[in-house]
Amino acid sequence: MDRPPVSRGFKSKRWPSEAARLPPGQYLTTDFPVLSAGPTPAIRVADWKIALQLGGSLLGKWTWDEFEALPQTTITVDIHCVTKWTKLNTVWQGVRFDDLLKTVGRSEPPDAFVMAHCDGGYTTNLPVADLVAGKAMIATRYEGLPLAPTHGGPARLLVPHLYFWKSAKWLRRLRFMPKDEPGFWESRGYHNYGDPWREQRYDGD
Amino acid sequence: MTATDAPSQQPKIEWQTGLVKAIVAETSRVKSIILQPARWSGHWPGQHVDIRLTADDGYQAERSYSIASPPEERLLTLTVERVEDGEVSPYLLDELRVGDALELRGPIGRFFIWSRTCGGPICLVAGGTGITPLMAMLRHRRSSLPHIPASLIYSARSLADVVYRDELDTMARGDRNLRLAYALTREHPSGWNGHRGRVNAALLAENSFTREQNPTFFICGPAGFVEGISSMLVKLGFNPLAIRTERFGPTGA
Ligand SMILES: Cc1cc2nc3c(=O)[nH]c(=O)nc-3n(C[C@H](O)[C@H](O)[C@H](O)COP(=O)(O)OP(=O)(O)OC[C@H]3O[C@@H](n4cnc5c(N)ncnc54)[C@H](O)[C@@H]3O)c2cc1C
Repeated sequence: MDRPPVSRGFKSKRWPSEAARLPPGQYLTTDFPVLSAGPTPAIRVADWKIALQLGGSLLGKWTWDEFEALPQTTITVDIHCVTKWTKLNTVWQGVRFDDLLKTVGRSEPPDAFVMAHCDGGYTTNLPVADLVAGKAMIATRYEGLPLAPTHGGPARLLVPHLYFWKSAKWLRRLRFMPKDEPGFWESRGYHNYGDPWREQRYDGD
Repeated sequence: MTATDAPSQQPKIEWQTGLVKAIVAETSRVKSIILQPARWSGHWPGQHVDIRLTADDGYQAERSYSIASPPEERLLTLTVERVEDGEVSPYLLDELRVGDALELRGPIGRFFIWSRTCGGPICLVAGGTGITPLMAMLRHRRSSLPHIPASLIYSARSLADVVYRDELDTMARGDRNLRLAYALTREHPSGWNGHRGRVNAALLAENSFTREQNPTFFICGPAGFVEGISSMLVKLGFNPLAIRTERFGPTGA
């Protein structure tokens, strides 16, 4: 690739000491910006359920209390939003995808892809390989507190090694599928996979 | 919700240079940058471009800016507000000059767009520089779809902070299908008979069509503003799926 032209008079204001943890084109932020396509749904945990689905059949379904009783994991990770901010050392608690599979008695995932379905009609697609082996969880707490609705509460998917839109907010259903299909942003110009380290922001990147 | 666009393998949106043709001071904190892209295949109103700056030591910074110009225009207009201590916006306002080359890629985004398929009416709600992508929609409407009923509710600190004010006033004058309401949150001229203070449910209800008219909403501005407006609209009974949002800047929360 050609070297990009120098922007006359532009000087970096920061070479962050954490530069090595910043994927290309990202900048550090300390606050927690919000990105979503529409209004924030108001979801009461009393009405909340989450389901794991294979084709048309149900592998498992949990109420809030049942979900809270599943094995809990806490992780500290960096998150990267496609709108260019990166936030380091965020702490999340929730149920790992691996533990969810175990709970429904599956040692192996039944299909190679998953579609995440959310309140508000939002969806996102992921290869199962990106969810297993501790790579993903369904998070219900952020920095020790219940996840705020604007950040996807009561429960969101957390797949920190991909751009953050893949960490779908207001998660209600994970559906296994044999073939990959694009989700909401993926069919609206955003990259199908979304690896921040390869700067896969948009379709064709 | 079903996907509207077929899944497709698109070619990469390549970086290119845009030549700065003009810079217009809009308010004390906002300028418009008018660019001639090296190649442009057109855009939808609401889309944005990514800008990339490169320092001589190789350091790069990227940011997104909405396109304010309509697809009918050959040149691209970006409208940028100064964020104090910001890395990119002060450069664009204070350093960039006519004749400079600016690296960009786009157009980007296929959701926060007004395309023929959404039709109308459309209700646009802007907070500050959130007016930018909405302006592209209004300019497109003026050129190509003037029969579509539209309204703009625009929140700014003061009248002096309203970007594109002359153009908006001219647009609204003599257009029965376009409603324009300013909300001035901090200062208003004496005798101001427009809305004072933040946008509230009453102002929204008055300017947003009826539920039966099934308007599509486009809300753009700071995250807190967008959050507040969209939840008010849901409470007013509008269909959440007809409310599209774009958030600029941090939450502060
Ligand atoms: C899709 C999209 C479209 C956008 N369109 C426009 C546009 O049309 N016009 C425009 O002016 N901006 C727009 N923005 C915002 C823009 O991308 C930059 O975030 C903004 O210009 C600030 O960049 P900076 O490098 O100057 O500040 P940074 O160096 O990124 O930030 C410096 C400090 O200011 C804070 N900050 C960052 N952004 C804001 C803000 N907007 N308001 C208040 N404080 C802030 C940061 O948290 C940080 O503390 C858009 C953003 C997105 C995601």
